Amino acid sequence: MSRLGKIARRSFLIGSAAVAGGVAFGVYAARQPFDNPNLADLPEGTASFNPWVIVDSEKVTLIATHGDKGQGIFSAQAALIAEELDIDLDQVEVSFGAPDRAYYNTKITEAAAGFPMYDMSPTAERVRGFMGGIVKLALPMMATGGSSGIPDVYDKLRQAGATARETLKLAASQQSGVPVDQLTTAHGAVILPNGTEIAYTDLAGLAATIEPVTDVALRDSKDWTIVGKPQKRVDIEAKSTGTLTYGIDVRQEGMLFATVKVNPRQGGAMNSYDASVAEGMPGVQKIVKITGGVGVIADNTWRAIQAANAIEFDWGEAPYPAEQDQHWEVLSNIFDDDHLNAEARVEGDVDAAEGEKVVGEYRSPYLAHAPLEPLNATILVTDERVDIWTGHQIQMFVEDTVAAITGHDSANVHLHNHFMGGSFGHRLEFDFVRQAAEIANQMRGTPVQMTYSREEDFAHDFPRHITMGRGVAKHQNGQVTSLDVQIAGQSVMRSQVGRMGLSLPGPDTQLHEGAWDAPMFNLPNLRVRSYLTEELAPVSSWRAVGAGPNIFIYETLLDEAIHAAGADPLEERIRLMGHDVSVGVLEAVGDMCSWNGANIGENRGRGVAYGFSFGVAVAVVVEVTNTDAGIKLDHVWIAADVGKVIDPTNLENLAQGGVVFGLGHAINCEITYADGMAQQSNYHAHEGMRIWQCPPIEFRALEANPAIRGFGEPPVPPSPPALGNAIFAATGQRIREMPFNKHINFV
Amino acid sequence: MRLTVNGTEHDVDVEADMPLLWVLRDELNITGPKYGCGIAQCGACTVHVDGFAVRSCQLAIGDLAGAEVTTIEGLGQPGNLDVVQQAWVEHQVAQCGYCQSGQIMQAADLLASNPEPTDDDIDAVMGGNLCRCGTYPRIRAAVHTAAAKLRGA
Repeated sequence: MSRLGKIARRSFLIGSAAVAGGVAFGVYAARQPFDNPNLADLPEGTASFNPWVIVDSEKVTLIATHGDKGQGIFSAQAALIAEELDIDLDQVEVSFGAPDRAYYNTKITEAAAGFPMYDMSPTAERVRGFMGGIVKLALPMMATGGSSGIPDVYDKLRQAGATARETLKLAASQQSGVPVDQLTTAHGAVILPNGTEIAYTDLAGLAATIEPVTDVALRDSKDWTIVGKPQKRVDIEAKSTGTLTYGIDVRQEGMLFATVKVNPRQGGAMNSYDASVAEGMPGVQKIVKITGGVGVIADNTWRAIQAANAIEFDWGEAPYPAEQDQHWEVLSNIFDDDHLNAEARVEGDVDAAEGEKVVGEYRSPYLAHAPLEPLNATILVTDERVDIWTGHQIQMFVEDTVAAITGHDSANVHLHNHFMGGSFGHRLEFDFVRQAAEIANQMRGTPVQMTYSREEDFAHDFPRHITMGRGVAKHQNGQVTSLDVQIAGQSVMRSQVGRMGLSLPGPDTQLHEGAWDAPMFNLPNLRVRSYLTEELAPVSSWRAVGAGPNIFIYETLLDEAIHAAGADPLEERIRLMGHDVSVGVLEAVGDMCSWNGANIGENRGRGVAYGFSFGVAVAVVVEVTNTDAGIKLDHVWIAADVGKVIDPTNLENLAQGGVVFGLGHAINCEITYADGMAQQSNYHAHEGMRIWQCPPIEFRALEANPAIRGFGEPPVPPSPPALGNAIFAATGQRIREMPFNKHINFV
Repeated sequence: MRLTVNGTEHDVDVEADMPLLWVLRDELNITGPKYGCGIAQCGACTVHVDGFAVRSCQLAIGDLAGAEVTTIEGLGQPGNLDVVQQAWVEHQVAQCGYCQSGQIMQAADLLASNPEPTDDDIDAVMGGNLCRCGTYPRIRAAVHTAAAKLRGA
């Protein structure tokens, strides 16, 4: 008897979203829609039918509010609206819009509902819907994260496009006298039976006077002309010409440039500082105290950084163990009942199961997010209002955070969200926004752009959490019969939302995410337990969050058991799975690489791994050669099932990028602490993958998943264990710790 | 001192040790070249000086008197793309796009000296340009496409 439901009852509000309180409000009231924010100050002759579509006499504007950190959601949102609106992507202007409750994310809490994401039962769906209602009422949160973007917008943006289209048709009918059912639409125009075209822009004035149509059936996917087809991303030309404005490229009249120095022992105090040299350096305007450090304001970023480096500091101690070994020591001592976070999954009886034992201990290190665009924010504070130019994933919280610092009403604090030069989770954090606001608040009337130096970005990252896993697998008669997985770590979610002033009671599902919900229905004995310690170094969501370390742990243990059993790594995984969608991706990846076993010749090997995260089944095969110079990556194949492909080109790019991201970090990256400080300060010490290490990466998308899922994170987790498993096949060396280059050389 | 950027002459009055990158970005508001690491580890700041790809974060402005600088903006603009930029668009290379100014400038330099680069040639020359999003397979494909176009193939 499965005990999956236990988590749902115990930890209803825990997981990948910041939800605190609100249960008592009930779901009925939460269904009331928010007002359309575009109507607040809409110019004469401009129509807005819903929060996502604005038409005036000049242009059609689509509002794409999800933050884009490279995953392509900006363009995807436009495509979903345009598909039903019958307009081409090169005929519209796309805008991030202004933050508003109307754009709250209905899906970000799905993983917190306590059901595995493959469970599409009515009960699971009802709880997920209830969670969405709570978010809407208690904390209407605009947020981009948890691979929830596409699931959030898939229906509602097509609905937005469809209702706008039908309202424009109604306007055209009134203008022309032709009944609505004789009108068609294409390429941004209503077409009369005689072939006359009326551009949407010419209907804006009339449409603005009409009550928008609200009840429109969505088209069948087989009739789509944009969605599901390769698209030209609306940001691609700007990104290929250096003309896209990232937050760091914002330029305002009279703007100054700043940087910060904050205690590199995260959260430690600044005892004293001496800026006497820095104050006299070229271009320096002012040096101000901020929480935990100082801000240096100059007329040029480089001058600000030079001056900041010339300040002498006396920093306080770190509020966590100073040395990396101590962090591992803490984790090694919490595998006991006192620290039990959750007995997340129990099938059969792992203790009583028969078979030969395989035992392993696994480690996944701290990792920096290190997006290539260093964190930055430009802020102008005046007595009346505050304007913020930055790229962020939790937009309204940025406004509230800054309002709390400057003393303005949140309604007078305006975030102008920007494209992000990467995030990987770092732009869910608020420190850089707070620091920029503290500086700008001391420079009222002058816009100030605060940029982290790369070194400050590393020092003040909240890295991926370290994880230690212990496992016991059993095999008998050539089959794996039992997996007993224990995972020890700290709560990423509690650390992260704690910095937002929120708390999360109860167990943290991210601590066993990706392991507890592996759909190995044919494995008779399976137990997943997680153990929680107090915060070590402060940590944050890092692309795929808990699923990253956890899938590495259990997929490596499973592979060890399969090899010990003498079974085929791909065939045995398929046998254990018993979940059609997952079997589908495993068979697909086997077909793509013409799988014929893990051993493919002397010093060569293949590894397979499977990962289920954010509702997406992903299978990866990595092929390597053990050369004299080290391990060479020869080829990668990846298959995944997201339910519906929005743009096959972008999906392939995300698959390839996710593999590169997962493998690069697994090969050579870790953050370690010494004297309370991260020892890695720049890319030379935390490099990731370079182009010369990157093998050909082939991708196949399947569409058998009954749910629509996002793909920003799911390609990442199975890539590292697939590589580790391939290295074992090629060398006989089993690596149980990332980064792998601590144990073996790479070309 | 005087500096020519994308064909336009600029008077720049800054200390001699200020890196070219910051003259471009914060003095001249030419923001296509990006700050990523400041120590020549990422290549996001790559521009051409007198026709060669360089890391602008490592080049002191005082050493550049009379130099001709070309940034990504000078290579081609939306609606008037350079062949390399066209290939980048065709292959939909960019994800976040932040490194791509540097990638494209490095690739343009490669193709100027090697009209038919192999994958190994590309890897050798582009190895200093970091892409955190992992667009490397598409970068390789785009370089091959641009090379073919430049050869008239």
